[in-house]
Amino acid sequence: MKLSNILSRKNRILLRELVITDFKLRYQGSVLGVLWSVLKPLFLFAILYVVFDQFLKLGRDIEHFPVYLLLGIVLWNFFTEATTQGLQSIVARGDLIRKINFPKYIIVVSGTVSALINLLINLGVVLVFILVNGVQIDLTALLVIPLILELYIFALAIAFFLSSINVKFRDVGYLWEILLQAAFYATAILYPLQMVASQSVSAAKLLLMNPVAQIIQDIRYVLVTDQTLTLWNFVQFGWKTFIPFGVIIVISILATVYFKKNSKKFAEQL
Amino acid sequence: MANKDLAVKVENLTKSFRIPLEASNGIKQKIINALKGRKGYREFTPLSDVSFEIEKGDFFGIVGRNGSGKSTLLKTLAGIYSPDGGAVHVAGKLVPFIELGVGFNPELSGRENVYLNGALLGFSRKEMEGMYEEIVDFAELHDFMEERLKNYSSGMQVRLAFSIAIRAQGDILLLDEVLAVGDEAFQNKSKQYFKELKSSGKTVILVTHDMRAVEEFCNKGILINDGKIQARGSNEAIAIAYKDLFEAPSPDKKRDVSPEVSTVKDIAVSMPDKDIDTPVAPGENITLNITLESSCDYENDVVLGINLKNSSGLLVSSFGLGGDAEPPLKISKGSNVYSFDIGNNIFQDDQYTVDILLVDYVDDHRSVLHESLDNKAFRSEGFKGRQHSLVHIVNYKKRT
Repeated sequence: MKLSNILSRKNRILLRELVITDFKLRYQGSVLGVLWSVLKPLFLFAILYVVFDQFLKLGRDIEHFPVYLLLGIVLWNFFTEATTQGLQSIVARGDLIRKINFPKYIIVVSGTVSALINLLINLGVVLVFILVNGVQIDLTALLVIPLILELYIFALAIAFFLSSINVKFRDVGYLWEILLQAAFYATAILYPLQMVASQSVSAAKLLLMNPVAQIIQDIRYVLVTDQTLTLWNFVQFGWKTFIPFGVIIVISILATVYFKKNSKKFAEQL
Repeated sequence: MANKDLAVKVENLTKSFRIPLEASNGIKQKIINALKGRKGYREFTPLSDVSFEIEKGDFFGIVGRNGSGKSTLLKTLAGIYSPDGGAVHVAGKLVPFIELGVGFNPELSGRENVYLNGALLGFSRKEMEGMYEEIVDFAELHDFMEERLKNYSSGMQVRLAFSIAIRAQGDILLLDEVLAVGDEAFQNKSKQYFKELKSSGKTVILVTHDMRAVEEFCNKGILINDGKIQARGSNEAIAIAYKDLFEAPSPDKKRDVSPEVSTVKDIAVSMPDKDIDTPVAPGENITLNITLESSCDYENDVVLGINLKNSSGLLVSSFGLGGDAEPPLKISKGSNVYSFDIGNNIFQDDQYTVDILLVDYVDDHRSVLHESLDNKAFRSEGFKGRQHSLVHIVNYKKRT
């Protein structure tokens, strides 16, 4: 997996075809088709608005809480989708791998790229809600781009790692599902992180060490409200600030090495 | 690759697998195995120390029965498996067809599937656009390309897949058991195409268990059994080895193939007391001289067989020297000249090829010492309208 190979013309063509196919097939047989990519976050917002703004009154002290919530959920859904699709990708395309030789990472990347495209569509919808809600957006909103890139890299690294383990142990899929469930509640998506902080400051700081939490809080900060607790305004600047990034770098390196080592044997083990 | 004319070079290729003893693919089993001190798998080596070369322009057959290791070899050639030992060198773009229609999706249209399949084989959209018309033409599916694949009959799907396979413009085509495809008309068309391929000089590797397909299309090949090359050489040599191995099985008398000890240096037709260019009357004796150059003395009894074929490939006559009924034939180091008395002049106005097979019988098992490919030929010209009357024979250089 040389760097020049990763982006070689042939591999880009294949990646493109796989992503296009994936997208064509996603809403196969549905009347509204791609429109569902837009409708899903729309209805999600309606539900969140009714439940959290009208009944639970959970995020009273955070302005634009429904959008804050929607943004978090959309980002989390991307993380879930990219990692689970990536995890399944190698096994799901087993028939191909056993019959044609091509770089295996393309399969994993194509699974995560279609999740990424979905995220971008969803973010478009969220952005509309943000503006409708009267949030003032300035140039700092552009920070969303590197933050989403960071989230994508993290999801991709996990996808690489899990997909190659999944070839040997199919248990990984179930295990990851449970882990994601736990992580969802540990990531302060449904509730404001302030709720945790009011109970225990160090617990809230610990939760921010999770790269996904760091990214979601940062994106909420730049897009919705500066009332969001982030790594930067809540944890004192120091070595702890670098933990989420360290986690991403370490996992990325391990995942690349592990995937590269194992991908040669995929055709035999599948 | 050192030799410019080689398309594929396989050196000491070894491949082994770990076959799990339990079917389950989970962590639980792994832990149980670790606790009980079991390996949980057995080692299985479908290919051990296999070496061969394929020249550019060869129609190369790889024959073997189920479980012989040919599929493993095929997948290693295609780069799907990585070798455990040895190496595979491929010069040029190798287009593999392990199975027809890999990656075909029933929900996509015929057109979309062609492009997807092409991308999987490493062709760009532009390259595929260049091939698209030809593919559709060959598949005869013009009116169906915008239909979804799930609405195709199975025959139509196979035709489309097969057309992509043979129209894909690679340097080396790797085909696995794809000949028996479609209805009879399509099969004939495919056979015709294979013959074209053979004469076009494209390198084709055909992996099959069907010996007849090898005899029909290939010029060279290997016979693979129990992960080893059992025979190599011309399709005739392979056919003989195949029959010996499978049609009269004597499993405990298997013998490794001897190395080639000799090469045919010259084939000449001559007539006693006559110049080569003089016409020969019917009934007049014609002698075929074969000069064999040997690198060593070969002590075993050998049989030298000759097949004489006309230009359409039909067997006109065959002769042999050595064997049980005749005095034993020995090969000594240096030049050996063997003469065959053809007897009556059987030649017509045609071009003839001479196929030579040198076989060693040991313990009822044949091993091929040498075979020539049909590149030695000579021409005989008869008088028009008076066949079988007078023939004069001209030695013919290598057929091109």
